[in-house]
Amino acid sequence: MSTEQTPAASTSELALGFSDPVREAQATFKAVMWAVSRPGHRMPLATNLKPPAPLTPEMAALALALADYETPLWLDPMLAKHKGVADFLRFHTGAPITDDPAAARFALVREPGNLPPFTDFAQGIPEYPDRSTTLILAVTMLSDAPFTLEGPGIKSTRSFGATPLPADFATRWADNRLLFPLGVDLLFTTSGLVSALPRSTRITAEA
Amino acid sequence: MTALEQTQTASTSAGMPAITYNFAYLDEQTKRMIRRAILKAIAIPGYQVPFASREMPMPYGWGTGGVQVTAAILGMDDVLKVIDQGSDDTTNAVAIRGFFETTAPGVATTTRTQDATVIQTRHRVPEQQLQAHQVLVYQVPIPEPLRFLEPRETETRKLHALADYGLMHVKLYEDIARHGHIATTYAYPVEVDGRYVMDPSPIPKFDNPKMDDSPALQLFGAGREKRIYAIPPHTRVVPLDFEDHPFKVQHFAKPCALCAATGVYLDEVILDDRGGRMFVCSDTDYCNTRQAEGHRGEMSALPEAAE
Repeated sequence: MSTEQTPAASTSELALGFSDPVREAQATFKAVMWAVSRPGHRMPLATNLKPPAPLTPEMAALALALADYETPLWLDPMLAKHKGVADFLRFHTGAPITDDPAAARFALVREPGNLPPFTDFAQGIPEYPDRSTTLILAVTMLSDAPFTLEGPGIKSTRSFGATPLPADFATRWADNRLLFPLGVDLLFTTSGLVSALPRSTRITAEA
Repeated sequence: MTALEQTQTASTSAGMPAITYNFAYLDEQTKRMIRRAILKAIAIPGYQVPFASREMPMPYGWGTGGVQVTAAILGMDDVLKVIDQGSDDTTNAVAIRGFFETTAPGVATTTRTQDATVIQTRHRVPEQQLQAHQVLVYQVPIPEPLRFLEPRETETRKLHALADYGLMHVKLYEDIARHGHIATTYAYPVEVDGRYVMDPSPIPKFDNPKMDDSPALQLFGAGREKRIYAIPPHTRVVPLDFEDHPFKVQHFAKPCALCAATGVYLDEVILDDRGGRMFVCSDTDYCNTRQAEGHRGEMSALPEAAE
């Protein structure tokens, strides 16, 4: 998609952002912080946002809490198709929307079944592995199967699952883990919940 | 009424707006920037994430990094504890607690370790086992463990990228060659999850074992050096050592003189100019709690607990 678009829809059509930005941004961040600290753990995430479809309220909350003019956003084809989504994000965060996944600090993926390869996104560089893309995925369900996770933040093992995901997700994630400390981090959102797979997490078994 | 008094009265009655700050002092863009750095830091345990550290209303060296991290994570439902060398009532701890009481209305403060959700610390880990919902925020002066061995940031970045920590082992070896044992007693370097070597901030090496497999989240903020790093809960944190010179923590000959605790870190207190001294818990909350429970050390002025 192009970043040069026709003027935004009139402001009367623009959905509202956080009603209490300080408190809501902090609560959203705190949920994400604990999600990344305990990979696979499902953290409650409450939001009253009503963003333009197909952007989900939880995705919108993460974008509003974490993105700003310093963080280019990449939208997957499903989100990019709906101009209202980019208008909403641009207005409330000030973040540039990019069509180059490698230039994005956050990527919003509404259709995780059609997840592009992780290597399309920024991986960081050996001296600065933090210069990587964080993928925010909207899944329909978070569950305890089929994956077994190990790594920092997990006491021994934890079970994890999200639907939909590509069939070869475990292989892709193993390849991403091999690049450590480079690689992407994943944030999964679904109705009222957020969960995370930071790059440090290993999938050790698939049921 | 003098002229000066008149001026003051006038400016007050004219309704000079009181100076107000955003919740927790920092503006929202700064918090977002710090929050993004914290998320990367947790995802790459032990790696130092650069961040755009702000000038704070306190000098560098007084915990500006820790304060910024605390300000970015603090919510109105949090309970904050601040310690300086284990103590809740020394200058740095009192000043920072006061700072957040003023700038983060609604945030409760406490001195009790188990009641806190966020504990900002200068150079100690509390004696009491931390819990899963707690965040320990360390104030860090020099985040780079290799800095005194290699002054160039470009080089230390490369050494971390290559996981080349030979220099650090040489330093520890030189300790052994010179002193017969590893003489590093604080800021003792650790390896995090088998990858990054990290400076645990100038905590006594006594506290290093508490970082390993901790149920709490540990965040580190260095304001002057503009770095944030983290240890997620339940992460392997191993002090560097040698097979024939394994890592050992300090041991104290006597228990705490006030609460008789053993296996805790003690501070030396000079009592007079004739060599009189006592050793007491550095963690004041731990010591007070034990004394309230009736434990008495040999120099305690409190009456013996009733049997």
